[in-house]
Amino acid sequence: MSIEWYIVLSALLFATGALGILLRRSPMVILLCLELMLNAGNLALVAFSRMVGNGQGQVFAVIVMVIAACEVVVGLGLIVAIFRRRLPLNVDDLRELRG
Amino acid sequence: MEEVLFFVAAIGALGGAIGVIAMRNPFYSVLALIVHLFSLAALFLLLTSAFVAAAQVVVYAGAVMVLYVFVVAYVGGGGESAWEPIPGQRFLAPLLGIALFIELAVAVLSSSLLALGTDGPDVPAGFGDPAAIGRLLLEKFLVPFETSSLLLLLAAVGAIVLASNRRIEEGDTSS
Repeated sequence: MSIEWYIVLSALLFATGALGILLRRSPMVILLCLELMLNAGNLALVAFSRMVGNGQGQVFAVIVMVIAACEVVVGLGLIVAIFRRRLPLNVDDLRELRG
Repeated sequence: MEEVLFFVAAIGALGGAIGVIAMRNPFYSVLALIVHLFSLAALFLLLTSAFVAAAQVVVYAGAVMVLYVFVVAYVGGGGESAWEPIPGQRFLAPLLGIALFIELAVAVLSSSLLALGTDGPDVPAGFGDPAAIGRLLLEKFLVPFETSSLLLLLAAVGAIVLASNRRIEEGDTSS
C-alpha cells in the first residue's frame, strides 16, 4: 500500500474527531474525540516515518502517546471533580469562564 | 494480502471513530474507541513499526481505556439533552468536518513529496522494533524522554490533587 492511503485515512480520522468535538456536549466524549485526533496524528507520524525510512518519527509517536496519557489523566480528574461538586456534566452549562 | 489487511484495519478504525461520536451512551463510545485503537495498532504493524503497535495496545487499549471505563462507571453515562445552543449546529458541524478533511487531503496530496505515492524505501529487518526505538530514545532523544517522564509524574500528582476529597471540604463555596 502506498503511503498516500495512510495519510488520507489519517486526515479522515482527524476530521471525524474534530466533528465529534463540535457535535457532542459531554466532556467525557469530547476527551474521547481528542484521543481520536491525537491517534490520527500518530498514524500520520508513523506513515511519514515509514516513507522516509527513519525511526525518528516513531519516537515522536511514542512521545505523543505520553502526552495523550497525561491529557487523559488530568481531564478525567477534572471530570471527577466536576461530578463531586454536583455540577452538570455538560460543556454548555459549564461556561462561566467564557469570554 | 497487504491491501486486504489495510482495508480491514482502515474500516475498523473508521467504524470505531464513527461509533465514538455516534453512540448516545459514553460507555459504548469507550468500547468503540477500543475497536479503533486495535485497528490502528494493526495499521502500525503494516507500517513495520512493531514497538509503536505494542505500546498502542498495552498503554492505550490496556491502561487508558480501563481508566475511562472506571470513570464512566463512576460518573454514570447519562444521555445528552437534545437542546442546541447554536442554531443549526447539527448541520454546520458536519459541513465544517468535511471541509477540514478536504483541506487536509488537498494539502497533503498536492504537496511536492514525491515519495508519497510509493511504498517507502526497503528498510532493514530491525526497523521499528523495540531495540531500535530504545536506542533512539536513550541516545538521540534522551532529553525529550526524560521531560516526558517528568510530565507524566506532574500529571499524576495533578490528577490526585484535582480529584481528592480534601479540597472539596475545605474551600467549596459554590454548592
